[in-house]
Amino acid sequence: MRFVDNDRKPLGHGRMLRKEDPRFVRGKGRFVDDIQLPGMLHLAVLRAPVAHARVVSVDVSVAEAHPKVKLVGTGATLAERGLAWMPTLSHDVQAVLATDKVRFQGQEVAFVVAEDRYAARDALELIDVVYEPLPAVVDVRAALDAAAPLIRDDLDGKTDNRCFDWETGDRAATDAVFATADVVVTQDMVYPRVHPAPLETCAAVADYDAVEGALTMWCTTQAPHAHRTLYSLIAGLPEHQIRVISPDIGGGFGGKVPIYPGYVCAIVASMLTGRPVKWAEDRSENLTSTAFARDYVMRGEIAATRDGRIRAIRTDVLADHGAFNGVAAPSKYPAGFFGVFTGSYDIEAAHCTMTAVYTNKAPGGIAYSCSFRITEAVYLIERLVDCLADELDMDPVALRLRNLLRAEQFPYTTSTGWTYDSGNYEATLHEALRIAGYDDLRREQAERRTRGELMGIGVSVFTEAVGAGPRRDMDIMGLGMSDGAELRVHPTGTAVLRVSCQTQGQGHETTFAQIVAEQIGIPPADIKVVHGDTDQTPFGLGTYGSRSTSVSGAAAVVVARKVRDKAMLLASAMLEIAVTDLVWEKGRIQVVGDPNSFVTIRDVARWAYGTGDLPDGVDGGLAAEVHYDPASLTYPNGAYVCVVDVDPGTAVVTVRRFVAVDDCGTRINPMIIEGQVHRGLTDGVGMALMEMIAFDDLGNCLGASLMDYLLPSSLEVPSWETGFTVTPSPHHPIGAKGVGESATVGSPPAVVNAVLDALRPYGLRHVDMPLTPSRLWHAMTGEPES
Amino acid sequence: MQVTMTVNGEPVTREVEARLLLVHFLRDHLALTGTHWGCDTSNCGACVVWLDGEPVKSCTVLAAMAGGHEVRTVEGLERNGSFDTLQRGFMACHGLQCGFCTPGMLMMTRALLDSNPDPSEQEIRDAISGQLCRCTGYASIVRSVQWAAADEAGTRASIVDEE
Repeated sequence: MRFVDNDRKPLGHGRMLRKEDPRFVRGKGRFVDDIQLPGMLHLAVLRAPVAHARVVSVDVSVAEAHPKVKLVGTGATLAERGLAWMPTLSHDVQAVLATDKVRFQGQEVAFVVAEDRYAARDALELIDVVYEPLPAVVDVRAALDAAAPLIRDDLDGKTDNRCFDWETGDRAATDAVFATADVVVTQDMVYPRVHPAPLETCAAVADYDAVEGALTMWCTTQAPHAHRTLYSLIAGLPEHQIRVISPDIGGGFGGKVPIYPGYVCAIVASMLTGRPVKWAEDRSENLTSTAFARDYVMRGEIAATRDGRIRAIRTDVLADHGAFNGVAAPSKYPAGFFGVFTGSYDIEAAHCTMTAVYTNKAPGGIAYSCSFRITEAVYLIERLVDCLADELDMDPVALRLRNLLRAEQFPYTTSTGWTYDSGNYEATLHEALRIAGYDDLRREQAERRTRGELMGIGVSVFTEAVGAGPRRDMDIMGLGMSDGAELRVHPTGTAVLRVSCQTQGQGHETTFAQIVAEQIGIPPADIKVVHGDTDQTPFGLGTYGSRSTSVSGAAAVVVARKVRDKAMLLASAMLEIAVTDLVWEKGRIQVVGDPNSFVTIRDVARWAYGTGDLPDGVDGGLAAEVHYDPASLTYPNGAYVCVVDVDPGTAVVTVRRFVAVDDCGTRINPMIIEGQVHRGLTDGVGMALMEMIAFDDLGNCLGASLMDYLLPSSLEVPSWETGFTVTPSPHHPIGAKGVGESATVGSPPAVVNAVLDALRPYGLRHVDMPLTPSRLWHAMTGEPES
Repeated sequence: MQVTMTVNGEPVTREVEARLLLVHFLRDHLALTGTHWGCDTSNCGACVVWLDGEPVKSCTVLAAMAGGHEVRTVEGLERNGSFDTLQRGFMACHGLQCGFCTPGMLMMTRALLDSNPDPSEQEIRDAISGQLCRCTGYASIVRSVQWAAADEAGTRASIVDEE
């Protein structure tokens, strides 16, 4: 049965209901843990109960004797095969199973493979590990202390806990501006460690066929092709014998980019047992061992004139990377795209120094719903601007309008070297203010303050840099960050598009069909989009950092145009007229000046595979494949207004309204775009008010379940109000920019700015996220938190 | 132990461990994988099914406890091959993205509309407050339920809410 509303969209861009929805509302999505293969075994992972300890011994004899256990693996098992360590995505190594030490609570120590998932868990209890405890390092500053215990003694010549040092911008020029500035505001701020926590945890089913020497790997990955190459490098299997299938994925948000030890263990277990092996982590494993995000301790400084012209930004960052550097960012960018910390403003000079450190915390540093580290950068600048407004006693909107980049300044190269492609920031901000009714809100706030009510209005203006990226600059593990697309038009005029990106809910099966429909005139309902299977799709780097529309979407446009160009040649033979006398009108190829002489793409497809004459040098068939290397990044942007009420008696924050105006260039499916924005806004409220992966002094994770790591429910978020402006990207083939993560990036400072605005009567300039009632109460009363 | 129950109108009998959770019984033993598992602590609600017409979190019910009772899952929402109004509402209003929370949301909101055919926005938000969605930000789920309520009341204006 087809859902009739899908057929209402005959061609191209615009609101269209999703092609993927009928299977999901029926409960017929196919997620990794849904897969059951004949003879399949279940793998469970034993994890370290302590954050830092030497592994003295691992005794698996009792576990091996369990009647349902088929295999127990330890670091020694893997070391024999050279698999105890694996490369991370950022030129570090990570232990698959610990051989020498455990370096964070929850680290993988051993695995059990058993006949069912309960038995596998039972047998974990039968493994006896003796640990020799070591002092744990959980604080970034303490990690740099000369007396701090050395975490990464596995690295040759390593004598301290420094992970890397990084610098961007012009120190001398920036210092010179600061030395002569009228006003300098300095603010320390922490972007706490958070976790993307998709509703589906990580899972894999590894099925190694020893006869064929072939591995099929169903896996919760956002980047199936990158995983295939890395599995080949890690496991030593020939790449053509590996098929990675990423079926329906229950949310990723960056957390499903890296390779986790569980995946590798499942592969090894399938090779050793000769049977399919499923690994599915539980929620605590997900929160304590898979990739975290943020964890930046920042000192920001902003220099300005007395009348509010921002002149320079300076920042020093301590970046906590946990026990292994698992940042999933392009190789040349160890701090991701943090260099865009000058934000949406015209600023003379900027400089950043960063020291990244190892701690006894889970590894990672992934881009949780943002292009690499931009969430941190946007938070820094948007908080600093509000702090400056406070110092100057200026309205934060007036201060922003004074400094925003103007439309005629694009393309604009920032003082840290990023070239923003397009934007109309003032118009976008004005649209947000209009929807919010900003002036009325300020009047209401003044009136409420006279009654002792704490109402706050927060604004943020953000610029993201998405669509990594040009291969000359951007790679992951040496793989250029471009994407492939293949389009086949069938003899009857339907089509299959195969793309290298992978949807985790973004609706690619719909959006990409619309992209192609717009280019070649086949209705989206007649275009099947295939993704998430390395045997079925061309190579490409996958979906994260809002790169699907920016890169894969561009690939889809280019391949469709290539097919269209060939269709024009075939049409010239069909109509017996020079190709230069033909013109593409949406949906058909017609003779210039004669609208009654035309052929449709369906006519051409029949001809392409039929028996008719072909033009010289043109072969039959109607298909093409491209590999798209983006010319540059795209820079979506937006302006957000948040309205909060803070209860003066309990310090509970209620987000009353949230207005988001996004500019993502050309809009392909407004319904899907709005959904993406709603999602990110919810992230923003969560991070600003609720979410934090905290640790105690011993390195015990205090956010190890959804009882302790609080995610927003329907009661914490308002009915979102959205709007848009459209400033197309000049270099994307249809002017589109990414949008999937804009709201996650842009919304946290709007919420925090709103809360601090509400608390102006208390004279508070900054409180670190998450702004829980407890934190705010202590800030309001001036009592230190215990 | 042997357990017998009715699932989506069909009687089923299986030999199971006494500790087996209903969610795993449905998924691993009956291959009804529409019911999902998302946490260990009854916080996420991806596993919501009906037990004798009442929504329950099937990660917190033993299969044995469902013995002798009627269970309905998302696979049992369609009637005679036609979508339930809520399934249509979720599709019409973009009430889902990755689809992982959707079965639980559908079962909970179907129960809501069965007991309260015209819920307010706050009543809808209250009803799904024990469930997490990481994709939609909830507004479109609320809209989906309102769409279905209006459709069932015969007050919905058109098939598609065109932008």
